[in-house]
Amino acid sequence: MFLTGRAADAAVALGDDALVLSHRLGEWAGHAPMLEEEVALANIALDLLGQARFLYSLAGDEDELAYLREERAFRNAQLVERPNGDFASTIARQLYFSSYQELLYTELASAEGELAPLAAKAVKEVAYHRDHAVQWTLRLGDGTAESSRRMQAALTDLWRYTGELFDPVEGLPVDTAALREPWLASVSAVVRQATLTLPDGPDRSGWTAGGGRHGIHTEAFGRMIAEMQHLHRAHPGATW
Amino acid sequence: MTTAQATDTVDQQADFDAVVSAEGRIEPRDWMPDAYRATLVRQIAQHAHSEIIGMQPEANWITRAPSLRRKAILMAKVQDEAGHGLYLYGAAETLDVDRGELLDKLHAGRQRYSSIFNYPTLTWADVGAIGWLVDGAAITNQVPLCRCSYGPYARAMVRICKEESFHQRQGYELLHALSHGTPAQHAMAQDAVDRWWWPSLMMFGPPDDESSHSEQSMAWRIKRHSNDELRQRFVDICVPQAESLGLALPDPDLRWNEERGTHDFGEIDWSEFQQVLRGNGPCNEQRLDQRRTAHENGAWVREAAAAHAAKHSARTSDDAVSGTATGEGAMAG
Ligand SMILES: [Fe+2]
Ligand SMILES: [Fe+2]
Repeated sequence: MFLTGRAADAAVALGDDALVLSHRLGEWAGHAPMLEEEVALANIALDLLGQARFLYSLAGDEDELAYLREERAFRNAQLVERPNGDFASTIARQLYFSSYQELLYTELASAEGELAPLAAKAVKEVAYHRDHAVQWTLRLGDGTAESSRRMQAALTDLWRYTGELFDPVEGLPVDTAALREPWLASVSAVVRQATLTLPDGPDRSGWTAGGGRHGIHTEAFGRMIAEMQHLHRAHPGATW
Repeated sequence: MTTAQATDTVDQQADFDAVVSAEGRIEPRDWMPDAYRATLVRQIAQHAHSEIIGMQPEANWITRAPSLRRKAILMAKVQDEAGHGLYLYGAAETLDVDRGELLDKLHAGRQRYSSIFNYPTLTWADVGAIGWLVDGAAITNQVPLCRCSYGPYARAMVRICKEESFHQRQGYELLHALSHGTPAQHAMAQDAVDRWWWPSLMMFGPPDDESSHSEQSMAWRIKRHSNDELRQRFVDICVPQAESLGLALPDPDLRWNEERGTHDFGEIDWSEFQQVLRGNGPCNEQRLDQRRTAHENGAWVREAAAAHAAKHSARTSDDAVSGTATGEGAMAG
C-alpha cells in the first residue's frame, strides 16, 4: 500500500535524510580512526539505510527514488549532506541529527499515521546513534587540547545547518518547530558536560530559499549523488 | 639453565606434544614452544591484517552500489570484515602481543597481508567476484583452521567461517544477477572473473615443493592440508559453480580428469605472484598508504579517548561518561 500526496512526500523527505546520512557514513569505511569505529559507523549507516528503504517503500520504488531523482528533487535537510570532514565533524553532525531524529521519531511513534510503526522501531536505533555521538562528544570535548579544539570547531561549523531541522515537513503529523526547545536543551547539556560551548551564531545562513526541505542543497550534495547514482543510471532498466 | 628448569621444559614439551597429537586444544595459559607461539603470532597477525586491508577494495564500491539492497549487503560485508579483524587481533592478543604493535608492523611493511587485496576493483562485478572467489578461497583455506590446535584461533575461525560463507553466497548471487542480466552486465561479470580467477588460485600460496612453513605447521596441527591440496579442492568446487553462473573460467587447460577424479588446470604464473608479494602489484602502495593515513589521522581521536578515560577513571564519581566506552583507551599510543 503506497502513501500518496503529502503523506508520501513526508515519507520521502525523512527517507532522504536517512539515505543521505547513511551514504556519508558509508564513506568512512576503511578510513575510521579505529576498528571499533569501523564497526560502529557501519552499524549506524546500516540502520539509517534500513529506515530509508522502509520509508521509500511507502511512497514508491526504493531504487527509483534513490537513483533516478535529480538533486533538486531530494528533500533531506542540508545538515546530513555536509561532507564528513574530520572525525569531530562527523560526530557533531551525528549529535545534532540524532538528537533531532530521536525527538521526531518519538513524536511520530505516538502520532496516528502510517509512519508510526517505523518510528517506534527506529527510535530505538536512533537512541543508540545518539548515545554513540554523546559519548564521543564527551571524549573529544574533554579529551586532549587538540580534540577539544576540533570538537568545538565542528560544533560551530555545523551550527548554521541546525535551524532548518525545525522547519515544517509537509505532510508530517508532527509540529517540528516544537522540537526545537527540547533539542536545544538536550544538545546544550551534552555540550556543557563536554566542557565546550554552544555556538552563539545564527542557526541558518542569512539568506535562504528554504534549504534542503525545498530541494535547495549545498554544492557538495550534487557530487555526492552523482557518485551514488552513476552506475545505476549507466544501465537503464537493468536489475542488480 | 639449571637442571631442574631443563627437566621442566622437557616435561612441558612432552605435555604439549601429547595434547597436540591427541587433537586437544592449547590455551593461552598453557606452556607452548616459543617457535609455536611465534608461528601463530605471524599467521594470526597476517590473517587479521588481511581482513582490514581487505575492506578497502570492496569499500571502494559502497558509494556506487547500484541498488539500495546491494548497498546494504556490501556495507554489512565490509563491516563483517572489520569484525573479523577485531576477533583476530583479539586472538593474537592472547599470545602477549597487542594490536597497536601489530598495526605498527603492518604499517612499516614488516608483516604481510594477503596479496589478493593488491588487485584493484575496477567494476561493480569485482565486488561479486571477490565474494565468490576470494571469500570462497578464504573459506577453503580457513575451514580446516577451525580445528587448529590453538584454541582462541580455532574459535575465532568458527565465527569467521560462518560469515565468510554468507559473503561467498552473496558474491555468487551478485554475479548470477549480472550474468543473467543485460549483455553489458554479463560482459562486466565475465571480465571480473577473468581478472580474479588466477589471483584467487594464488591465494593458496606457493606450490608444495616451495612452501617454507608447511611441514612444521602440519606437525603442530595449525595447518592440515597442503597448499596444492587446498587449491585443487577450490578448483573442483568452482568449476560447477561457474557453469551454473553461465561464466567461463579463463583457463584453456581446465578439464575433468577421469583417472584422478579431479580437474586438471593450467600453469599458474608464479612470477606474477612473486612480483605482487614483493610489493609490485597494482595496489600495494595504495592499500598500505590508505591504512597508514587512516591510522595517522585517527591518532588524535585515540589519544583523546585515552586522555578522557584517564581523567574519568581518576574522577570515579562521574559516572555519566563511563557508559559505553569500547576499549579505545587500550589502543592509544
Ligand atoms: Fe573476513
Ligand atoms: Fe569475507
